[in-house]
Amino acid sequence: MKISVDFDKCCGAGQCVLAAPDVFDQRDDDGIVVLLDADPPADQYDNVRQAAAVCPAAAIEVHE
Amino acid sequence: MTAAAPSRIAVVGASAAGLSVAEGLRRDGYTGRVTLIGDEPHLPYDRPPLSKQLLSGAWDTDRLRLRSAEALEALDLELRLGAAAVALDTGAREVALADGSRVGYDALVVATGVAARRLPGTEGIAGVHVLRTLEDAVGLREQLRPGLRLVIVGAGFVGAEAAAVARELGAEVTMVTDAAVPLADALGPDLGAMLSQVHAEHGVRIMPGVLVDAILAAGGRATGVRLADGRTVEADAVLVGIGAHPNTGWLAASGVPVGNGVECDATLYAGSGVWAAGDVASWLHPRTGRRLRIEHRANAAEQGLAVARNILAGPEHATPFDPVPYVWSDQYDLKIQIYGQLRGCDQVRIVEGSLAERRLTALYGRDGRVRGTVGINMARATRRYRPLVAEQAAWPIAADPDPALSDGPALSDGPAPSDGPAPSGVALSGVALSGRNA
Ligand SMILES: Cc1cc2nc3c(=O)[nH]c(=O)nc-3n(C[C@H](O)[C@H](O)[C@H](O)COP(=O)(O)OP(=O)(O)OC[C@H]3O[C@@H](n4cnc5c(N)ncnc54)[C@H](O)[C@@H]3O)c2cc1C
Ligand SMILES: NC(=O)c1ccc[n+]([C@@H]2O[C@H](COP(=O)([O-])OP(=O)(O)OC[C@H]3O[C@@H](n4cnc5c(N)ncnc54)[C@H](O)[C@@H]3O)[C@@H](O)[C@H]2O)c1
Ligand code: SF4
Repeated sequence: MKISVDFDKCCGAGQCVLAAPDVFDQRDDDGIVVLLDADPPADQYDNVRQAAAVCPAAAIEVHE
Repeated sequence: MTAAAPSRIAVVGASAAGLSVAEGLRRDGYTGRVTLIGDEPHLPYDRPPLSKQLLSGAWDTDRLRLRSAEALEALDLELRLGAAAVALDTGAREVALADGSRVGYDALVVATGVAARRLPGTEGIAGVHVLRTLEDAVGLREQLRPGLRLVIVGAGFVGAEAAAVARELGAEVTMVTDAAVPLADALGPDLGAMLSQVHAEHGVRIMPGVLVDAILAAGGRATGVRLADGRTVEADAVLVGIGAHPNTGWLAASGVPVGNGVECDATLYAGSGVWAAGDVASWLHPRTGRRLRIEHRANAAEQGLAVARNILAGPEHATPFDPVPYVWSDQYDLKIQIYGQLRGCDQVRIVEGSLAERRLTALYGRDGRVRGTVGINMARATRRYRPLVAEQAAWPIAADPDPALSDGPALSDGPAPSDGPAPSGVALSGVALSGRNA
């Protein structure tokens, strides 16, 4: 699995962090997403798919 | 009575909620047919940028695509775009489309969203705009130029965001609203007053507390607006942002329960094999037992996934939809985040930052419970208070959130509020929130 994030689209919702806290975080100042792990282990795949699905800015794309 | 597993699922409405249903079905392993029907000719696109990056010209329309071509391809959908659903026969389990064709289904999802409310008598008058679709946004963008006199009717999300963009592009903006402050509904008077000030500093003239009565026109073109108190305001263009109504007309003869939206039970099921998701869905909130309909982007995605899960589980095993609502808004350099349900809250307390800094987190309470939290330019910090909203923690709350709450897992299925005693909280500098003037 490879994750790509369009940082410009991100609106700082943090929904991705709620879904996959080991893979995403947010910057302190503006809330923009921080990708902690662009190539996460298999036990994270479901969380990452959930994060991409709920991101309200459609900023996360998952390639499998 | 367990119905056979569906093998044909039709989704009407090919936008955020409809696409989310389709994705959810595939993610949950459904391999049957999925027909996604949408009346717009475009591949699914996202609306929030319509009043932000698209309106300002920062993005072109390609950036609005909700999913890449490959991602859509992988979903293996039968896409029926540019095809409006005009009727539903729940007996025969068929949707009739405007081109005369019919689509059969075992389960149907209504995800037809809402349409912008218009002022009566404005159809066909040039220079009157609403902002709901790509065409609406492109049409308004073409008009925005330095010196254009733009009157915005309504100071809700559309009005406030469009005002910010129009000012950045040099238009002269007058905002008329029956409320006292922008986003009064969503934020209440204190944060709303701060927002008023920000708009005023950016040169927006706000006329609060008065309804717009009619659009004035000459030669088929808008020349201004008339207010309920008789005053008039001249304009070269008018943007009407006075709310929206659910797209349910096509269900009129179907027997599907329709009120303010498609009326579902707590699991988003409306009976007879019909489900609903997104802006159009009114459901019985499992904790309050009251009907709720939410017009926000994250809700569309979450309800879409919930409906997919519940369709595959079947109505008997479907689970209630119990979210922590979330919405954001960008205006000038303000990034506003809202969790929970602020409407009706009569207590507000700023727990971090301040109005003066225009950087803050506020908690909102009602009936002795935390109901929501708002962040202004404090996205990450504000998210730490979300669990208090999910739990509906007792109000007044302790001064700081439990550090262990930070970055915890999603609590959308969190426990019902306990009746335990309130934590020994600090005294509230409780600013009373007057109810909206509705
Ligand atoms: C300008 C603007 C800015 C916004 N900004 C934000 C924001 O910053 N944050 C936020 O949280 N939310 C925002 N929203 C709200 C968010 O976009 C909506 O909540 C979301 O689009 C709802 O998705 P939906 O799929 O339920 O409905 P919609 O997006 O309304 O989609 C419904 C689709 O169904 C189609 N349809 C309707 N009737 C039929 C029919 N009979 N047959 C076939 N198709 C039909 C419609 O044409 C449409 O394509 C914004 C909305 C607008 C308009
Ligand atoms: N950031 C966001 O979440 C965002 C941004 C843009 C649009 N949207 C969505 O788009 C939809 C429409 O937004 P909206 O701003 O039109 O609706 P809204 O309900 O947010 O606001 C409507 C406003 O118009 C006022 N109003 C109503 N009739 C009036 C009249 N005759 N004269 C003057 N004022 C009047 C109301 O008091 C209210 O302030 C909603 O679903 C909204 O959630 C959301
Ligand atoms: S959910 Fe999407 S918009 Fe929100 S922080 Fe994550 S990437 Fe950004």
